[in-house]
Amino acid sequence: MTSSEIREEILDILENIAPDEDLSDLTDDVAFVDQLELDSMDFLDIVMELRKRHRVQIPEEDYTELASMASTVAYLTPLMKDMQKA
Amino acid sequence: MPKDFLKGVQDEYDVIVIGSGLAGMTSANILGRAGYSVLLLEQHYKLGGMATWFKRPGGHIFDVSLHGFPHGMIKSCRRYWSPEIAESIVPLKRIRFDNPMFSLTTTYNRDDFTRLLTDQFNVEPASVKSFFDAARGMNFYDDQAMTTGELFEKFFPGRHDVVRLLMEPIVYANGSTLEDPAITYGIVFSNFMSKGVYTFEGGTDRLIQMMEAELKSNHVDVRIKCDVEKVNLRQGRVASVTVNGRTIKTRAVVSNANLRATIFRLLGEAQLDPQFVDQAREVRLNNSSTQVYMALKPGETVEESTGDLLFSSTAADFRTDLLLSRDVTSRTYSFYYPRTRPEGRERTLLVSSTNAHYRDWSELSDDDYEASKQDLIETTLDAVEKYLPNIRERLAHVEASTPRTFRHYTQHVAGASFGTKFEGLAVSRGLPDQVKGMYHAGSVGIIMSGWLGAINYGVIVANDVDAMLMAAATSGKTSAPS
Repeated sequence: MTSSEIREEILDILENIAPDEDLSDLTDDVAFVDQLELDSMDFLDIVMELRKRHRVQIPEEDYTELASMASTVAYLTPLMKDMQKA
Repeated sequence: MPKDFLKGVQDEYDVIVIGSGLAGMTSANILGRAGYSVLLLEQHYKLGGMATWFKRPGGHIFDVSLHGFPHGMIKSCRRYWSPEIAESIVPLKRIRFDNPMFSLTTTYNRDDFTRLLTDQFNVEPASVKSFFDAARGMNFYDDQAMTTGELFEKFFPGRHDVVRLLMEPIVYANGSTLEDPAITYGIVFSNFMSKGVYTFEGGTDRLIQMMEAELKSNHVDVRIKCDVEKVNLRQGRVASVTVNGRTIKTRAVVSNANLRATIFRLLGEAQLDPQFVDQAREVRLNNSSTQVYMALKPGETVEESTGDLLFSSTAADFRTDLLLSRDVTSRTYSFYYPRTRPEGRERTLLVSSTNAHYRDWSELSDDDYEASKQDLIETTLDAVEKYLPNIRERLAHVEASTPRTFRHYTQHVAGASFGTKFEGLAVSRGLPDQVKGMYHAGSVGIIMSGWLGAINYGVIVANDVDAMLMAAATSGKTSAPS
């Protein structure tokens, strides 16, 4: 998957996790928590969903990489580059 | 011949969950839903653990631990259980305090507390705001050096009345004290303050019934009256459990038993690193409780202005150690109006709870124990009289539970009704590093306590189990879930 496909995938996951949030004007390099009402369980859900959909394993010490859209995509790109978009 | 509660059980499961408290049930549900074969074993004859209820003749149903939880419960139930369960969560609007320092009723959220603190307690608005912001900014990985008492002293120096307002409900919610780390208070308090207090419409019995149906629809094999004796290891990893005289193979165990029982009874220290055993031995258990359950006669009603939750005390000052004393001066009342069970019979019930030490009850002779129980009932009825006049004549049923009762039904060490102190979390999280495939989910360290904390911790542990099983499958050692 390309970086932009990964970004789309994260958006799709976020839409399921936070159905009441407007994601259309999300700023990629600002932390999610400063724009959306996300708590630690929401981040855990992102981790679980990525594992379910793509078998991507994110160890607990790397959870901080998921702080913003930009850092999430940067972190996932090398892990998911060989995967096909579903 | 005794009934075989394991009739038709498989020889092997991907995961065996020991204990059907809210954490255990939630782990089982998530892993079942993910496609793993899951066996859930409960030693009692009903599911729910401390999330329990009991029925008495005359249509009275008592909830043991349904006292109120934060708004986050809606999201967790919707996501990890079902939309139907989430839709039954409704707000409790009247949280009342009555003590020698103040009497008030509040919706128990940030706006109303800000109003109370500035108007009635005359605290500077800036101090109130910075206190709320500080509490809300706390995370469980933050520095633990500051105690809750020091936190209050920083923002509200010398204000015992303010401390009482801010602390008393949390002491009842999770057994924490002024000496515990401030973060354990701040996280739980902020969870409540975000949107107030909620309850489950239909009562604990309806919730657990709905959860059981959900578990079964996710193909979880649910068994009651199955008391696991031992978790068996092979080459340092989980291999099977021994239950009701049978051995069942598994790749992972999630224990929702008390943390100390998990380590010292189910595993046994011989199987563990001595340093870890020492660490586990130092984990302090939280206190236990006494409760008095009162059912009003059919037709007897109570004005709802009496409150949903009432924190009452006759003690002039506020000290958390006094809350644990057998010389009870403080009680929390949960009122259950007919709307608690809209589809049930019209009943009004009241449960009085006090925190208590196991040791104050465990050593009593049978006669002294019965006498103490009766004394607990009589002194409670005397105290209730202030809020419900002529209570004795209006009662259809009254009985009491003690730390010994909790011990009997849950098998929790020392009848602990709020799990362990904060250090329990590190031991619980560290268990899989000691024994491959062995996990613990249950009330540890206060923030993982209460109904919402237990459910969320069940999710966190299910995530770990899923990661381990999937990694094992990827490395080709075993099969992936279907």
